[in-house]
Amino acid sequence: MDSVKDLMPIIVVIGFFQLVVLRQPIPNLADLLIGTTLVVVGLTLFIYGLKTGLFPIGETMAHGFARKGSIFWLLTFAFALGFGTTVAEPALIAVAAEAGKIAAAGHMIENTEVAIADYANGLRLTVALSVGLAILVGVLRIIRGWPLHFLIIGGYAGVVLMTGFAPPEIIGIAYDSGGVTTSTITVPLVTALGVGLSSSVHGRNPLTDGFGLVAFASLTPMIFVMGYGMLL
Amino acid sequence: MIAGILNFFDALIATIRDVLPIVAIIFGFQLFVLRRRIPNLQQLLIGFAFVIVGLAFFLQGLEQALFPLGKMMAEQLTAPTFLGIDSTADTYTPDWHYYVWVYIFAAAIGFSTTIAEPSLIAVAIMANQVSGGAVGIRGLRVAVAIGVSIGIALGTYRIVSGTPLHYYIIAGYVVVMMQTLVTPKTIVALAYDSGGVTTSTVTVPLVTALGLGLASNIPGRNPLLDGFGLIAFASLFPIMSVMAYAQLSEWYANRIKKQRLDSQEE
Repeated sequence: MDSVKDLMPIIVVIGFFQLVVLRQPIPNLADLLIGTTLVVVGLTLFIYGLKTGLFPIGETMAHGFARKGSIFWLLTFAFALGFGTTVAEPALIAVAAEAGKIAAAGHMIENTEVAIADYANGLRLTVALSVGLAILVGVLRIIRGWPLHFLIIGGYAGVVLMTGFAPPEIIGIAYDSGGVTTSTITVPLVTALGVGLSSSVHGRNPLTDGFGLVAFASLTPMIFVMGYGMLL
Repeated sequence: MIAGILNFFDALIATIRDVLPIVAIIFGFQLFVLRRRIPNLQQLLIGFAFVIVGLAFFLQGLEQALFPLGKMMAEQLTAPTFLGIDSTADTYTPDWHYYVWVYIFAAAIGFSTTIAEPSLIAVAIMANQVSGGAVGIRGLRVAVAIGVSIGIALGTYRIVSGTPLHYYIIAGYVVVMMQTLVTPKTIVALAYDSGGVTTSTVTVPLVTALGLGLASNIPGRNPLLDGFGLIAFASLFPIMSVMAYAQLSEWYANRIKKQRLDSQEE
């Protein structure tokens, strides 16, 4: 029944604003109750599946690659995981379509449907590529034991630098694209991969070295999307 | 009822489509590169099935109940009449007191959606396991949620005031770097990660509705340009709040240790 506790804050917030601030009755109470029940059931099932499915497979694969000892295949896997999970991400598809409209409104591209769709697809591939690279570099970091904050600070410097050159229209969407790329299924898998790797590579600590892959994956899209905005 | 079941199947198919590339990559590499049998295959498959069905229920429930209401509220709270905007006026100076409820709503919805965010739950469970219980699941999630709520409230202020997004984000980066120097090393990577995991299935749709509502109703703001940026705030501020949480708990632990030493000396 932890899931009920997880959901209570949203229900309290929405109830308070609807009844006290906006002073309106809650419409479709029955729908609301059924929907909330579905959310609670779904969250409970998801967390159970997380512990029996996603976490174990991530760690098993990390151990498998460590045993095999081939860095090439490990990095290929890291890239494929980042690219493959991002390119089909619904939130990214929505953001890319929005960015296409912005570009057309700002006369960066022709205002035709083909041009907008091309722009959106290019953007999606760019972001997926950047997430693939991010996971690749992040995995390499775990193997080599580089300190995370150097890479993150380097990434921040990259974001700041690109902000100076990128067209202003693209900046908002670029900054947001960092947050939306990492989905509910990718995050547990990638976290388990990082933790599994750092516990099988000698001399790495799962807590200090295992985390950080998600941080990369939300940083590189910002740089790449601004770069995409500059090139086109 | 039948419509509900049909909707659920749509959600289920959409989830399966999202998961398919991941499953293909995992099994492809496992079979062709690692060439090992997967241990406990049956249990893993059951786990995957639970994840897919669970997410489908979760999304369907959100679509049916919370999203319509939450989006409607975001629209009502940002409606010109509620904000006291005279749409005929040429110049517009925002009066902060009309916006108090918008800021409170932004902070409250940021906090409450983050608490329910499934990927944050996943990272918190993992961090708890890896740290041997030192990082509390609830403590981490509350710390992240506080960061998101501050971030989104500040982000709505930015849309209202019309100041450039990158000033805020760059200033945030400077604070994060300074905190990195003084925070216990064990928590830094986790803090950085918590920035990226906060914004997914629950937070993004509601927060986007709020941003677009504000940007399209306030004169002089362009929804295409000013409506974005809230997600960026929501992924930056948790980094600070998690590091602050680690610093506070370290300080607290040290104080208790010091008190204990002092009482032993007496």
